[in-house]
Amino acid sequence: MGQQPVPDHFKVVPEPISIEEVVAKVIHPHAGAINTFIGTVREITKGRKTLYLEYEAYVSMAEKQLFKIGQEIAERWPEARVAISHRIGRLEISDIAVVIAVSTPHRADAYEASRYAIERIKEIVPIWKKEFWEDGEAWIGDQLERVAYPSGKPEGLTDD
Amino acid sequence: MINVLLFAGIREKAGRDTIRCERKGITVGELKLWLAETYPELADDMKRVMIAVNEEFADDSTVLKDGDQVAVIPPVSGG
Repeated sequence: MGQQPVPDHFKVVPEPISIEEVVAKVIHPHAGAINTFIGTVREITKGRKTLYLEYEAYVSMAEKQLFKIGQEIAERWPEARVAISHRIGRLEISDIAVVIAVSTPHRADAYEASRYAIERIKEIVPIWKKEFWEDGEAWIGDQLERVAYPSGKPEGLTDD
Repeated sequence: MINVLLFAGIREKAGRDTIRCERKGITVGELKLWLAETYPELADDMKRVMIAVNEEFADDSTVLKDGDQVAVIPPVSGG
């Protein structure tokens, strides 16, 4: 019997994310490991200096898609508990953009499920990043460097 | 009527966050063609976007109904 993800554990928020609050959502007596992934704003990308970022989201769908990632993790790692918060709006260098917390009975699963979550965020969650440089700005496209979706959907996306 | 939501670079290019489409009984694929013809500045983007219908990704054959909330989803870059 797997853990069903909790919809309220998957949030897109305009305010700074509390790492402790995200971690607290997955604390459980059966957990022997909690893996926390923290995605932060990087200053240098491909040799170019970023001044700050803006994240935009289709919030209602993005939260649904984060929850869907939680469901996928529940299928693959039935004992995992997951919480994800992603921030939107203007973020400065080193600000926290995303926090993923995964708890599992044993550490290997927590690492794997956490990695799975961040990769899926970059595939199926409608959140976009705009980089602002000293000499310009641009919306960043697909970081997986696919320029099109031949099937009309991100690869690996199930139909359910 | 179908409400089409725009985001990120496509929203900026179009200069608006919503487009209304009065065409009836069209598919997602036909909507993309209509958007490309009606808003030539979006034509290139329409080749590489996904469409969500009522907050779920939909393929080109999906038929749109009156009142559907449709969103144009350019390649995502969260995380």
